[in-house]
Amino acid sequence: MATLAPPVPDAGRSPSPAAPPPRRRHRGGSKAGKPGPVTYTLLTLVALVSIFPLYWTLVAGSHTNAEIAATPPPFLPNASLFDNFQAALEQAPIGKAILNSVLVAGSITVGTVLFCTLAGFAFAKLQFRGKGLLLGLVIGTMMVPTQLAVIPLFMMIAELQWVNQLQAVILPTLVSAFGVFFMRQYLISALPNELLEAGRVDGASTFRIFWSIVVPVARPAMAVLAMLTFLTAWNEFFWPLIALTTANPTVQVALAGLGSGYVPQRSVIMAGTLLGTLPVLIVFTILGKQIVGGIMQGAVKG
Amino acid sequence: MTIASGTVREAAIAAPPPAPAATSPARPRKRRQLTRNRWGYAYVAPFFLVFAAFSLYPFMYTAWVSLHETSLSNINGGTWVGLENYRDLLQSEFFWNATRNTFTIGILATVPQLCMALGLAHLLNYKLRGRTFFRTVMLMPYATSIAAATLVFSQLFGRDYGLINTMLEAVGLQAIDWEAGTVSSQVAIAVIVTWRWTGYNALIYLAAMQSIPGELYEAAEIDGASKWKQFLHVTIPSLRPTILFTIVVSTIGAVQLFGEPLLFAGNGTTSGGASGQYQTLGLLMYQQGWSNFHIGQAATTAWAMFMIILVIVGVNAVIGRLRNRADR
Repeated sequence: MATLAPPVPDAGRSPSPAAPPPRRRHRGGSKAGKPGPVTYTLLTLVALVSIFPLYWTLVAGSHTNAEIAATPPPFLPNASLFDNFQAALEQAPIGKAILNSVLVAGSITVGTVLFCTLAGFAFAKLQFRGKGLLLGLVIGTMMVPTQLAVIPLFMMIAELQWVNQLQAVILPTLVSAFGVFFMRQYLISALPNELLEAGRVDGASTFRIFWSIVVPVARPAMAVLAMLTFLTAWNEFFWPLIALTTANPTVQVALAGLGSGYVPQRSVIMAGTLLGTLPVLIVFTILGKQIVGGIMQGAVKG
Repeated sequence: MTIASGTVREAAIAAPPPAPAATSPARPRKRRQLTRNRWGYAYVAPFFLVFAAFSLYPFMYTAWVSLHETSLSNINGGTWVGLENYRDLLQSEFFWNATRNTFTIGILATVPQLCMALGLAHLLNYKLRGRTFFRTVMLMPYATSIAAATLVFSQLFGRDYGLINTMLEAVGLQAIDWEAGTVSSQVAIAVIVTWRWTGYNALIYLAAMQSIPGELYEAAEIDGASKWKQFLHVTIPSLRPTILFTIVVSTIGAVQLFGEPLLFAGNGTTSGGASGQYQTLGLLMYQQGWSNFHIGQAATTAWAMFMIILVIVGVNAVIGRLRNRADR
């Protein structure tokens, strides 16, 4: 896992022994070459493939079953969308599921960002015995599959009578190893030691230093972590499927139940899928640019 | 040690650079060091409390469970059976079937995915019009949940009215019963994984590409290297650590594959098809524990998955180190 660092280009291997001084500067390593029509065609194709399944959810969800089975199949949305929404809401409690998912993903996001910023700061800037070992432990567990935790977790929530209760899916996911590592990497370079020393010299308590110095500096990274955490928590599948039932589901559990038990009605399933995916897609449309930036920033920093 | 005026932030700007620690008097320094020491633990404590209760403890407990014959309805008892669960697992054809499927689906899902992501990143690295649009659109599959993506794709891959078969027939080919065949069902599941993750990995590669200094490309250009040669001899070597990282992450994900095979038939069956043709290890573990209620077996399968991940990560680390040494 030591391969997270940004690639260090090896200047010694550059094939030119006596290169003249560069005539023009490249910004950010972007290649000078202007993209040709082939590039745009390929990218448009990839964009279409990325979007089509989502678009087709809308098409299939807005037709009756008979209409989607027609040859040639329809390619434009139709009028039955709301009828299908209604049918889907009767088959699975998607409204409740969306509310539950907002609660679950929201709590997980708040907890993860707070705890991971605290721990990330300590790992980045404070000295304490056993620090290296603890950090190694955190990073090591990123490799451990979820499957390894679910059996004892299930026993635990069964004992506590938490099956089908939201805290059963919130608490175990309240922290993330990735989050700690992410915040640590950010704060190591973004938070100058002088700033902390100054705060200390100034007599500020460690708690005060955290709120007045660390949090303002960490804010951009916290925002990125919040977006990624919310997305991951919203889409979490395996553990909620075990801990919850369709009586009190998150969106993903409700979706999993949508196709089972009934005579599968394709258009209704698609309408339900659309309903459950719409909130994320709306958030994504608004924050897409920031999420893209966050992932790219995480790739270099992380 | 008492400059008591101004807010912390003002002080941060006004304060002179801190004196090297060695010059300050020994006593106070030591005391401050100690305070800092304790605060470090305070900061990591909330994280580690949750982490220990819901991650570390369960991992250990799973190991303990895997040495017992026990069921979900009998969570505290269970008889000690030693390594018997492991012996049974190694003799179980279901385990080997699931292992095989996990590997083949894993390869089908990761290799084309990462190659396409690399090519895509290369395209995105041009000075594009509508750059943000392309990047955002390509990340939309990543924002779509496994459940939603699988439900949509299982309809697209449907036997009778699936759009993909309709298109195959339209160009004069035979319709395929995607779900029933071994190869076809595994390819279909790999397509779902690839669809969801290619854009994400492309962005990771793109970020790494943008930190390659332009001078390297200029030097290559002056040497008369074609665009393709530049890609092969400048881009790829510079990206090697990132590529290795994405391989490790994708592999860890592939070993745990669960939601896609569970929902591929649309109804959440844990058998992975009529003859288990796309049952993965994740699915088998779920079936053992939550359909058959043999949690000892399920715990054993979970540990086997972890072992597989460890081996793969280890092999990757060794390869990475060897290649690094070969370069020096």
